[in-house]
Amino acid sequence: MMHAYLIQSINLFASVLLLLSFAMLSQRRILTVIHLFTLQGATLVAATVVVAYVTNQHHLYYSAAITLVTKVIVIPILLHRLIDRLNVKWDVETLINIPTTMLIGILLVVFAFNLALPIAKLSSSIAHSTLGIALACVLLSFMMMITRAKAVPQVIGFLSMENGLFFAATSATYGMPMVVEFGIAFDVLVGVFILGVFMFQIREQFDSLDIRHLEKLKED
Amino acid sequence: MEYLLLVLAIPLLGGFVLALCGHRDCAPEVNVGVSLCTLIAAGFLTSRIIDGGPMVVLDDQFFVDPLNVFLIALTAFVGFTTSVFSRPYMRVERDHGKMTPKRMRLYHSMYQMFNFTMLVALSTNNLGILWVAMEAATLTTVLLVSVYRTAASLEAAWKYFILCGVGIAQALFGTILLYLAADKVIGAGGGALLWTNLDAVKGQLEPNVMALAFVFLLLGYGTKVGLVPVHNWLPDAHAEGPTPISAVLSGLLLNVALYAVLRCKVLTDGALHNHLAGNLMIGFGLLSVVAAAFFLSRQKDVKRMFAYSSIEHMGLMTFAFGLGGPVANFAGLLHMTVHSLIKSAIFFAVGHATQSAGTQLMEKIRGLIKVNPMVGWGMLLGTLAILGMPPFGVFASEFLILTTAMRDLPWATPFLLLALGVAFASIFSRVQEMVFGDTDLKPLEHPPAILPVFAHLGLGLMLGLYIPPYLLGWYQQAAKMIAG
Repeated sequence: MMHAYLIQSINLFASVLLLLSFAMLSQRRILTVIHLFTLQGATLVAATVVVAYVTNQHHLYYSAAITLVTKVIVIPILLHRLIDRLNVKWDVETLINIPTTMLIGILLVVFAFNLALPIAKLSSSIAHSTLGIALACVLLSFMMMITRAKAVPQVIGFLSMENGLFFAATSATYGMPMVVEFGIAFDVLVGVFILGVFMFQIREQFDSLDIRHLEKLKED
Repeated sequence: MEYLLLVLAIPLLGGFVLALCGHRDCAPEVNVGVSLCTLIAAGFLTSRIIDGGPMVVLDDQFFVDPLNVFLIALTAFVGFTTSVFSRPYMRVERDHGKMTPKRMRLYHSMYQMFNFTMLVALSTNNLGILWVAMEAATLTTVLLVSVYRTAASLEAAWKYFILCGVGIAQALFGTILLYLAADKVIGAGGGALLWTNLDAVKGQLEPNVMALAFVFLLLGYGTKVGLVPVHNWLPDAHAEGPTPISAVLSGLLLNVALYAVLRCKVLTDGALHNHLAGNLMIGFGLLSVVAAAFFLSRQKDVKRMFAYSSIEHMGLMTFAFGLGGPVANFAGLLHMTVHSLIKSAIFFAVGHATQSAGTQLMEKIRGLIKVNPMVGWGMLLGTLAILGMPPFGVFASEFLILTTAMRDLPWATPFLLLALGVAFASIFSRVQEMVFGDTDLKPLEHPPAILPVFAHLGLGLMLGLYIPPYLLGWYQQAAKMIAG
């Protein structure tokens, strides 16, 4: 009985992740986007812990701990400090208006579920629909990167994509081997650090973080 | 085993040492020394593999076989010659005020770290670590692309980071799917991402999952190979970064990414028993060759033009490996070797040429041969070699690829010939104008590094005329491995 509830709760966390991806896509305020990203990380940690408990895979607890430290604590702190120092709390501009973005997002979810269907059937893992949701999160974050004109939301889109991938790994295969997860977490942290350095360089050069300045090198 | 550890440890330690002293005057020499030690260790490792056959070491996490040992040797060699080239090149950049001591330190440290990540990617047995190392290779070079802090270089680095990051995320999803397929056959316990384990059971992997996994892996690693239509980062990153970085990106990183695709292709072929993976690679390869040839005919910047030429050649290799079979695989491996030798030689010559002209615009570079005959000749010979003139090695490999294509895939041959023709006409006419004619260029303040250019061209020439028997055997073994 307890077990069934827990499996249901994994599905619940999965849908919360998807909902948060949509929320990020529709959100205009940069600070809220960071809060949503933190919340998404926390949901991911909760989902990982439940999967670890249900399947009795101890290494997933470590993986949850890594996610907690990087995605819920360190990266949001870095992002907050970054926007404090760069003083960019203005509203996010999108390249496509938000209702259209949401509609395209729904199509992406349908596409992701269809793509994941044959695999979900094969997978013996606890929750069948989670792989589709994970893929949908990845595609939605991808879309967030495409539709945002400022550098910081693009980076959050990138990180949120990593969240989706992490959830795919947890739900479909009970996590990657430990050494790989450490490697991925290390790469993500270094990546965020480099992006931070980078944003200061961009602002120094252009006096703005609008990536539309970064469209000079065209194919001639 | 000790040799492999040395090959990995030397550049890592070198990176840390140079992070401390990379701004000193002696740093370029230290950089050359570290690269030389790596090359020597790689040489010992290679001779050990030739004598003793493949080895799996360190808890099965690393392995060396005929396929990756030749790439390790090539990476160490080009890493060394590029460090020799970067000594005078970066000195001139510093004198021109483009490099501050802080930037020099970053450059030297990250140069070694970049070599380290590529050597890890090549020698690891774990497909997850392969992914981590490929991502780390992007991270080490992204700040080098933007090191001059110009608007164009920042844009190039941002594109490089974001596009390669998104690409490599697709590859991670592919790796997860691969793990899902393998988990069923091998079972839990951490061994399910080890390539040697996967290779042993590849016939039993679930075909549907493997097909989808390969699509994601090809798109992901293909972004780093520079396949059209996911190539956009490549010309910018090559054109805006310092030239030694362009040389190692073109000569080495693209090869390592293609190597990752090949490893995945072997597994997919084994699981699917059809030609899906090969057909996908043929499609992307052919598209890259044709599109790059037309893009490069419109370039004005010399480094961008040769970057597009790299896309063209990577496309040709992908096409060859897609065809499969012993001859095409052999030709693909040979092309990988000669392309990375010749293309880095061209970038060395181009680097010195742009420094003495003070610009990368081709119309401003004239009469190289009068100001600096050796650089001019190096550029001319390198261009002839990369365009497939006999007797250089590129001719041999392109000839093999074209004849195999005529036999197996006749409709593709006219496209390949057309693309090679367009590339020849547009590159050769421009290089000829740059090398000959009247000049107002200034000679370089530091004597240019001529030795690396001609060492690479000499090796490229040798591979066109005569492949030593042990090298031939080694290529054949590797070609057989890729064929499954």
